Amino acid sequence: MTATTASSTPTWMSMTRARLSVELKEFFRSREQMVFIFFFPMMLLLLFGSVFGGEEIAPGVTFAQYFLAGMVASGILNTGFQSLAMTISIDRDEDVLKRIHGTPLPATSYFAAKVAQVLLVSAVQVSLLIAMGVVLYDVTLPTDAGHWWTFAWVFLLGTAAATTLGIAMSTLLRNAKSGSAVITPIVLFLQFTSGVFLVYTEIPTFLQHVAEIFPLKWLAQGMRSVFLPEDFAAVEARGSWELTTGAIVLAAWVIIGLVLAVRTFRWTRHDDN
Amino acid sequence: MRPFRASGGRRLTLGSESSDGTMDASARLARLDHMSAPAIRVTDLHKHYGDLHAVDGLDLEIPRGEVFALLGPNGAGKSTTVEILEGFRKRTSGEVEVLGADPQSASKQWRHRVGVMLQGTSERGLLTARESLQYAARLYPNALDVDEMLAAVGLTEKAGAKPATLSGGQRRRLDVALALIGRPELVFLDEPTTGFDPEARRQFWGLIESVREDGTTVVLTTHYLDEADHLADRIGIIASGRLVALDTPEGLRSRASDAQISWVEDGAHRVEHTATASAFLRDLLSRTPGEIEALEVRHPSLEDVYLQLIGDTQRAASADPDETEEATS
Repeated sequence: MTATTASSTPTWMSMTRARLSVELKEFFRSREQMVFIFFFPMMLLLLFGSVFGGEEIAPGVTFAQYFLAGMVASGILNTGFQSLAMTISIDRDEDVLKRIHGTPLPATSYFAAKVAQVLLVSAVQVSLLIAMGVVLYDVTLPTDAGHWWTFAWVFLLGTAAATTLGIAMSTLLRNAKSGSAVITPIVLFLQFTSGVFLVYTEIPTFLQHVAEIFPLKWLAQGMRSVFLPEDFAAVEARGSWELTTGAIVLAAWVIIGLVLAVRTFRWTRHDDN
Repeated sequence: MRPFRASGGRRLTLGSESSDGTMDASARLARLDHMSAPAIRVTDLHKHYGDLHAVDGLDLEIPRGEVFALLGPNGAGKSTTVEILEGFRKRTSGEVEVLGADPQSASKQWRHRVGVMLQGTSERGLLTARESLQYAARLYPNALDVDEMLAAVGLTEKAGAKPATLSGGQRRRLDVALALIGRPELVFLDEPTTGFDPEARRQFWGLIESVREDGTTVVLTTHYLDEADHLADRIGIIASGRLVALDTPEGLRSRASDAQISWVEDGAHRVEHTATASAFLRDLLSRTPGEIEALEVRHPSLEDVYLQLIGDTQRAASADPDETEEATS
């Protein structure tokens, strides 16, 4: 062979970048992913927005605006948790992970690339939803740094929790075929109880308490604090946005997800040991 | 279809040579240092799944630069052994050393030196053949040129195709290319030619021969005896988790030096196995007046030897009440 690349050991960064570019190509070439992550939430927003959108749930706040914050939150959960758990579990079933493990790509590079892919895809998805909210449902974007800072940390903590839990979930699903049957009910349950499809304060109190254990409720409330008027805080369940509690619960889930993901992760199928 | 080997006998250079043909001094030293030790050393390897002994006391040493073929029926422990050597499975007990390290705790540096081609192939991928190779090349310190690799496996015309539009044989060739792109010192090929037509297999053999010329150690598993016969320096036959034979193809053939003589005598079909076929025939001819019915002298093929070895082991296993179960692969 004549032309060879320079003889230098690839750095962690260059391998992670190489992997990220593969992850992004695979995402944007997958019709199912594009429909599920981009088209489906926009369709739901349009559907719920046109059916119940006009109803005011508080002075100056329509259901469509409330629903937008919820869809942004559940979009993060869809991309990081549901879609990631499914794709990793399929990759494990089809020995794609095993092939990756047979190369020098470090596990940390693989995970970093997955997290970066989820962050980039979520950012696009959330931007599309917010743009729809602004154009169709009179959502006003915050103009001060404080609200955008809240948006940034809620988005990042929420994505981190969803991603680590998604990776952990991919291992708990013993095979990809049953994956969707296990994950979809979990996500739907959370969407109905965490203030996405229904107004949180209108569901039974015990369901509210169940939802409080999980991240979606806090993600949605955090997003409402960004996109709804300040005085809406008064009609939240405890009369405030509860941002500190939200941050603590989300951070706790990041840690739980991280520990579970690291301790349970496997490159090979469950029947292959 | 393009041949695997580019015209003009161009070789696939897998050694640590840089573009101007000189070998990096430290790479040369490292390579010399590695050369003295065997590529693979396995001592008393066991892998148990509950009561099932998939690998049951296997010993094996493969020197550098050898093309080694591992043969055995499905469920004999072949894939389990290879996957332990590749670092995918943990062993129950025994010593395993691959390129001087324990594959169970494989480092990134070790992975730089080992190429792996798994059994089976996936058609779900969304990257083109060239993109897959470009990505893989970025993971190794001294990877081969992607276009040259595509040419070497005859996929230049399919460089822009995704797995779904490649044939089974083309996908396997892409898998070989992915295993070789990092210039491994040792490459594992697990049933590489399953599903190939005879022509594609011949071409694949050419590719493996050029890899061997560069001093790369090749460990391949196969179901095809002619493939092992053609490519391998040595053949190991595994049955019921143990190595039942380890020899050169010629050595294996010579094991069954007995010729098989069959004929019909007094209306009954007779068979005789003997190492001295001529003496037996002389005797048979002298005591039989007239024509001998259906007289046939057959020399055993490698396949006969193989089937006999496997059969012996299976008979022994079924006679032993402790080892009735066959291992899963």
